[in-house]
Amino acid sequence: MEKLRYERPIIKKLETGMPNKFGMRTEYTPMTHIDGVAVKELIKEYGSPLFVLSEKTMRNTLKSAKQAFTTRYPKVQFAWSYKTNYLDAVCNVFHQEGSWAEVVSGFEYQKALDNHVPGNKIIFNGPDKSDSDLKRAISNDSYIHIDHLEELYSVISIAKELNKKPRVSIRVNMDTGIYPMWDRFGFNYENGQAWDAINKIMLSEHLELVGLHSHIGTFMLSANAYAVAAFKLADLTVNIQRKYDYHLKYLDLGGGFASKNTLKGSFLPGADISPTFNDFAEAITGSLINSEIDPHHLPVLILETGRALIDEAGFLLGSVVANKRLSTGKRATIIDVGVNIMFTSFWYEHKLTPAQEFTHYTEDTIVYGPLCMNIDVIRENVNLPLLNKGDQVVIHYVGAYNMTQWMQFITLRPKVVMIDLKGKSHIIRDNETNSSITSLEKIPEHLMKFEL
Amino acid sequence: MNIKKNIALSDTGFIFNPSTGESFSVNPIGVEIIKLIRDGKEKDQIKESILEKYQTDDATFERDYYDFVNIMNHYNLTEIDE
Ligand SMILES: Cc1ncc(COP(=O)(O)O)c(C=O)c1O
Repeated sequence: MEKLRYERPIIKKLETGMPNKFGMRTEYTPMTHIDGVAVKELIKEYGSPLFVLSEKTMRNTLKSAKQAFTTRYPKVQFAWSYKTNYLDAVCNVFHQEGSWAEVVSGFEYQKALDNHVPGNKIIFNGPDKSDSDLKRAISNDSYIHIDHLEELYSVISIAKELNKKPRVSIRVNMDTGIYPMWDRFGFNYENGQAWDAINKIMLSEHLELVGLHSHIGTFMLSANAYAVAAFKLADLTVNIQRKYDYHLKYLDLGGGFASKNTLKGSFLPGADISPTFNDFAEAITGSLINSEIDPHHLPVLILETGRALIDEAGFLLGSVVANKRLSTGKRATIIDVGVNIMFTSFWYEHKLTPAQEFTHYTEDTIVYGPLCMNIDVIRENVNLPLLNKGDQVVIHYVGAYNMTQWMQFITLRPKVVMIDLKGKSHIIRDNETNSSITSLEKIPEHLMKFEL
Repeated sequence: MNIKKNIALSDTGFIFNPSTGESFSVNPIGVEIIKLIRDGKEKDQIKESILEKYQTDDATFERDYYDFVNIMNHYNLTEIDE
């Protein structure tokens, strides 16, 4: 007779009339497949832990975002925010879908060039652009989004030197009713800095002001804040129109739309409370269309949406290392996924589900990563079925920022695979080995040898 | 060690402790183990019958068994044999 699947014995005290804060949503519905590919097979072939990206979800998410905007506004352009996930395969999925590149460093700029993004479809943001970065971007006709006055003067002097007329925009920060207000980047709207910078550029014969940029924050849960931002950018646009009889080519509303993740401390799951693309699109396009911008010269609306386009396409697969009982009686499960490769666990209560079928018995569990560090907590409290050593788990919504902000700390970074539209998996970044790290190190001669 | 005599256990895994009014739920393998303890079986006999029936190994079961019994002690459901 075939033996039955083993489940460890558990006993749970029943609390009547005491709803469990974490019990609103049980997360033990297993996820056995991603785009038709078995999680078990993926781990068998590529190891554990493993990042998996769904090309289908990426494309579909961008399509639905585009649709939300293009049905409301005639000219829309997405630019892929490289820092969100700059694995080349990921960038190229978005470029194939028509997105430009939005970069914030010389490194990212070079990546976009290496991906064959034409220079005049690269938006160069950020407070630290070196003179050589600026020279290269100006020579390539990229859009330069100026962050501060020092940069404005550098751009003017490089323009003279190269005898080019760079196409520039300024980043505008503003009060949108959101706390904290991001006023460290760009020029302030309310105190007149932005208008002042606009006039300096308009009056300079060396620069062409092509647009205005704002990025009001990240993981914004209020669509209305974008209505305010678009209103204020439209106001500046109208003032330029009046004073100079000049029409800006674009308004760039940046990124920041919330994904379906659940922020730490949030009572309701993000999937239930995050505004949709339609909500954000309605807020932004409403402000633009109802403004006094000349309808014959509507600027292109640029969006640099990052996390909301890729979070859901990313999964992190892991395996159970051990189970423990803490001194308080609480159940603890250790998995092989640590905060070193899952930076976003500091922000989110990531959804975590088993990758195989279980009975409906569950326990409140704290999930630890494998690092010998107290901070290595993946979930403080999650209701999970009775996982055994070697069982596999799927962590959801990890596509944004993890594959760029991950740290090489204590362990090596794992492989990243992408599942294509036909259900075939491809390695898009190999796992690190000891030599990928040590090849950068050098040992001075006198430290080469020792005896113990 | 045994399960206290006045503890009521249903086949569906519901446990009631009349002296405290507390109730508990147990999964099916837990019910099996409690019944074996009640029948006076020792740990090794219990292990044998579980290993015969389920896909698990000695070490895993032993660890889980002690954990289970500890939690039952913690909830005051057990008593030391006279
Ligand atoms: C200028 C700029 N644009 C776009 C983004 C992407 O933001 P998000 O991932 O929140 O959409 C960022 C991220 O911080 C940014 O700084």
